Amino acid sequence: MSTFILLTITGLGLGAMYFLIASGLSLIYGLMGVLNFAHGAFLTVGSYASWWMSDHAFDGIHSLLLRFLLGAACGLAAGAVFAALVELVLIRPLYQRHIEQVLVTVGLSLAFVALVQGIWGTDAHPYAAPGWLHRTTTIFGAHIPNDRWIEIATAAAVLVLLQLFLHRTRYGLIIRAGVENRAMVTALGIDVRKAFTLVFALGGVAAAIAGVLSGVYFNTIDPSQGTSLLIFAFIVVVIGGLGSVGGSAVAAVVVGLLQQYVNYYASSGIGDMAVVLLLGLVLLARPRGLAGAFAT
Amino acid sequence: MKRRVLADFAWPLAVFGALAFVPKIGWDVPKVFDSAISSPGTLQLLALCLVFGGLALTYDLLFGFTGLLSFGHALYVAAGSYLTNIAITNWHWGFAAAILFAAAVGLALSVVLGFVSLRVGGIAFAMVTLAFAQAGSVLVHKNPHDWTNGEEGLSPDYHKLPSAFVGVFNTKHLYWLALAYVAVVFLVTRWAVESSPGRVWQAIRENELRVEVLGLRPRAYKLMAFVLGSFLATLGGIVYMLLNNSSDPSVIAPNFTLMLLLMVVIGGAGSRWGAVLGGVVYYYLDNRLGAVGGSSTVQGLPHVLRTPLEQPLFLLGTIFILIVFFLPGGIAGLAARGRPAGLRRLEEAIRPGGAVGGAPEATLTEPQEGA
Amino acid sequence: MAVAVEAATLLEVKDLHVNLGQSHVLQGVSFAVREGGVTALLGRNGVGKTTTLRAILGLVGRRGTVRLDGTDLTSLATHRIVRRSVGYVPEDRDIFAGLTVEENLRLAERDAEPRYDLVYDLFPELRQRAGQRAGTLSGGQQQMVAIARALLNDNRLLLVDEPTKGLAPALVADVARVLERLSELATVLLVEQNLGVVRRIANDVVVLDQGRVVHTGDARGLLAQPELVRRLLSVSAAGQP
Repeated sequence: MSTFILLTITGLGLGAMYFLIASGLSLIYGLMGVLNFAHGAFLTVGSYASWWMSDHAFDGIHSLLLRFLLGAACGLAAGAVFAALVELVLIRPLYQRHIEQVLVTVGLSLAFVALVQGIWGTDAHPYAAPGWLHRTTTIFGAHIPNDRWIEIATAAAVLVLLQLFLHRTRYGLIIRAGVENRAMVTALGIDVRKAFTLVFALGGVAAAIAGVLSGVYFNTIDPSQGTSLLIFAFIVVVIGGLGSVGGSAVAAVVVGLLQQYVNYYASSGIGDMAVVLLLGLVLLARPRGLAGAFAT
Repeated sequence: MKRRVLADFAWPLAVFGALAFVPKIGWDVPKVFDSAISSPGTLQLLALCLVFGGLALTYDLLFGFTGLLSFGHALYVAAGSYLTNIAITNWHWGFAAAILFAAAVGLALSVVLGFVSLRVGGIAFAMVTLAFAQAGSVLVHKNPHDWTNGEEGLSPDYHKLPSAFVGVFNTKHLYWLALAYVAVVFLVTRWAVESSPGRVWQAIRENELRVEVLGLRPRAYKLMAFVLGSFLATLGGIVYMLLNNSSDPSVIAPNFTLMLLLMVVIGGAGSRWGAVLGGVVYYYLDNRLGAVGGSSTVQGLPHVLRTPLEQPLFLLGTIFILIVFFLPGGIAGLAARGRPAGLRRLEEAIRPGGAVGGAPEATLTEPQEGA
Repeated sequence: MAVAVEAATLLEVKDLHVNLGQSHVLQGVSFAVREGGVTALLGRNGVGKTTTLRAILGLVGRRGTVRLDGTDLTSLATHRIVRRSVGYVPEDRDIFAGLTVEENLRLAERDAEPRYDLVYDLFPELRQRAGQRAGTLSGGQQQMVAIARALLNDNRLLLVDEPTKGLAPALVADVARVLERLSELATVLLVEQNLGVVRRIANDVVVLDQGRVVHTGDARGLLAQPELVRRLLSVSAAGQP
């Protein structure tokens, strides 16, 4: 029983990270039609920027918690700025040339990983996080590492904030409408391109948060983390329904849990294959994904 | 018509024929190659360039000609590489039997997985192919029964390999094998694309709806293209394994397929010789850019500039981005001038609502036909 | 209607060419729409009427010139064209099904003081259904939303594409009445297959055939010649084929 609880919480923690990456990916694709391969780079920016700042810029501060939080804040800011720049410099000039946009993100992802490897090496760096996160809490006999709670709470908070943004602000309204029918939005006199940059920046922040959290989860950061998590995030996006944040949330939970359960109860690695199988089944039954076309 | 067909076959045959003489050239080409052209080291490099030229073309068959953006093409290359290797090394089969086995399984796999993947289009198709390749990667790493040898890679049992392919001094035979492979892929592709199913592929890439309206079932034709491209890739995987004298997990990583995509775009999507050239050039650069990074010019640069320039993949990624911006037709586009029609119509492959994903954009979409 | 002074030209379209895929859909369309009143854009199915409206808005790539009140719109992006007081009611309505009625309207707000009073006066039902998801509305109700969107702002020019398509006859009459009201507030360029509606509200007509303008003139004048109508539109003047 305690193993089951540990698996469940771990699965939710993993799902939380998938959701953070997938939500941005889903909005970017839904609104702009861009399959953003460089999203993993946003995650890497988040993890490396937060690590570097907290180790170098804030090393005078004694409190590890404060150092960690400040570093994380820098990581998020870096993610947002980097993502916005990518959109402005690389994506916007290729407006409506979707194939080229995808290709550019592919090229960027390869170049960026190589750059990070060049600067900081391919090996993993230890990631400093407040001690409490490394300890465990015992629930019904299961020893749950505390970082899981933070991941789940953060993802839940991001989900709520995103939904509030989408449903309570004008830009959120524009984005929701644009996901359905971008051309009609321009025919209403709205310049969707600003929404594009905004969506990229939001995706960058969410991915950067995932970067910080993956540093906590794995205790280390390395240049290839972004890419390996990105593949599962893509699967989550497709299962959840392209353009749907709510769909991504549900799919992320399902994928995270499935992966953990099967990896444990069957054998390691089979869980990953089970996720692939799930993708195949969902696409055969409901090619639009769980959320269908219009929900957000 | 007949004259044109002859000419179309004649010049590629002439080029391949000329390339067959390369192992006889004893020249040194400083800076371009480390040793004389006919030396095993350079021949190995050239052979790998040719194999990748062929593999890039197999990918172009899907992407450039039919408009299928697959992120899992590496799976079939890996199937060729690993299955032949495992049959020889772990199951102690003969060479011929192993090759037939790998080819047959690769073929069957492409039919089954192609059928499932093609149930959806556009982005979802790309993701499904990625997912299947990822599943394959997991399997390789899991090392069932110790067959794949996991991370370390598997070296084939050289006793089972034809002696012509074993040993450094036989590198020229492997070179000719690689040349034969790319020649076969080139000619088969040319024959296939010009055939009547091939014309349907190009019609599908341009306007799938119209093909359906004409009473043809696009999915069946797409499957044909998918199976052919994947099968040829499996054969390439076998050659690749022989050239490298090993099978290792890098061949099934997502980066492998992405590399093929880069090769095709750099060379020119939808162009046969462009794709081959893209493969050759990319592989060569990937290999030699490491030397550029170590050169005295680059080492003399300030640290900020030196670090990225030392990374071949950074340079290649950047070159790739520049090509996408300024030369979307790739090298072949230089000859054709401007963005080739094929690439323009590839928009259909991943436009939201075009296939799967996103809402169908009813009237107000990118230009469609009709009033 | 008898006008002593020639009304000014509001919209001028000159030598418009549009290629969609392989088809040369518009092959040099030229016409002018005078300010005030309703100009009907007529023609058989597939001649390029919808494409013409979309070309004016820049929603399709086009060559040629589009001038609004003297200002050249041709190089402007769609959203900038719309911000010059052009409203659009597309064929198939294109309202956002996932948004509520109220959100659909709110999205369309462009001016400082959107005319909600006017909209709810004409379409009281929309006020009642403000919180309803637009995807669950009936065809007629969706059409109301589509028109309301264009009405919300003080537009000088309204491009309206087959507003009565697929509607029951009673609703067609309602829409015609609304269009009459609209024409008091703005110049309307109307694509319409229903000749009854055209007869009721149109002042001028422009007839397209195979991507070109083949007839322009007074609406009543055209409809008074059944032979000409049949030849140009393959329908009888009563509106049946």
